[in-house]
Amino acid sequence: MTGLALEAGSGSPHARILGVGAYRPRRVVPNSEVVDAIDSSDEWIQQRSGIRSRRWADADETIEMMSVEASRAALAQAGIDARQVDCVVVATVSHMLNLPSAAAAIAHRLGTDQAAAFDVSAACAGFCHGVALASDMVRAGSARHVLVVGVERLSDMTDPTDRGTAFIFADGAGAVVVGPSETPAIGPVVWGSDGEQYDLIRQKDDWRDVLAADEPAFPFMTMQGAAVFRWASFTMAKTAQQALDRAGITVDDLDVFVPHQANMRITDAMARTMKLPATVRVARDIAEAGNTSAASVPLALERMIAEGEARSGDIALLIAFGAGLAYAAQVVVLP
Amino acid sequence: MPSTDEIRADLADIVNEVAGIPADDVQLDKSFVDDLDVDSLSMVEVVVAAEEKFGVTIPDDEVKNLKTVGDAVSFIENRL
Repeated sequence: MTGLALEAGSGSPHARILGVGAYRPRRVVPNSEVVDAIDSSDEWIQQRSGIRSRRWADADETIEMMSVEASRAALAQAGIDARQVDCVVVATVSHMLNLPSAAAAIAHRLGTDQAAAFDVSAACAGFCHGVALASDMVRAGSARHVLVVGVERLSDMTDPTDRGTAFIFADGAGAVVVGPSETPAIGPVVWGSDGEQYDLIRQKDDWRDVLAADEPAFPFMTMQGAAVFRWASFTMAKTAQQALDRAGITVDDLDVFVPHQANMRITDAMARTMKLPATVRVARDIAEAGNTSAASVPLALERMIAEGEARSGDIALLIAFGAGLAYAAQVVVLP
Repeated sequence: MPSTDEIRADLADIVNEVAGIPADDVQLDKSFVDDLDVDSLSMVEVVVAAEEKFGVTIPDDEVKNLKTVGDAVSFIENRL
């Protein structure tokens, strides 16, 4: 018997984000358009969430279309051709086909050379899970360049009359290219899940139950806001601190903080709990983007880079958290 | 064992820090929502800070019963 031809050390010593891209749906939806159905006001929504407006996708702005646009922008910034992409990881919960994956169609539309492609189901935490996978793939040698996409059309899954969610969720896509690096530029991931709180954010009913009902109704997302706020603001601040610890830095070394854009109040509470110095620039894309789940971190990052708030070489802390409950955080050096 | 007023004063400091309300306004008969304008999310922050300060557990189900500052102070007192 001969052994397997094991190839050792074929990966890159380190991985880094090489480019960031985004696609924001054309249609801007101000608070004034959502208040009537939930008997609310612009002031109430802004006070509870910091959201002034959000983007909702039109029919032609599909999961695939938005992902391809965001990916092309990320590839262009990275200076990488689609044929150099070995793997496409798509984080989403609003791709309405159980099979095949959204990733396979996106990889094909982008013109990759039959890149490996699969979806990740970790809800709002999906993008940071994808970055962790990509970093590990590049370092292990199973891929040289990995495209990580976060994309959602949550407007399809949100009950416009639900006071707890109608004003929060929105649509969009963000993408990054992860590739080889000579120096460390993606820190160790701190991630996990808390299935004890499985029901805090969820699709209301199983599809089989929906279809068995006398009057089938779309199983919209539901959320227990106060409990989620508590977990996100305080437990996740500890996870964020652990990601800094694992990267060997402190809040004083940080340039940029990009938390999942869940709610401005969560971002503020996290920043307070973590005692972030005032010099750290904090992502606040939610004011005009709403909560776009898996897309929110790359969308927020892209805006900060585009507006000059985040610069090449900056040290950024990414953290994403959501249904599951699932969470993932890592420190990265910006491209 | 801290006195009722010591607990109230500590809680007042927390409410001040979280919601910017003058600590002197945080009296036992005041309603968090109606008198002090502490909304549900700020209330969660107050509760978490109070748990740390007093070393008690205040479950989410209980929070809705804590309508006044006095309700919160008694809840904490009974668990110290």
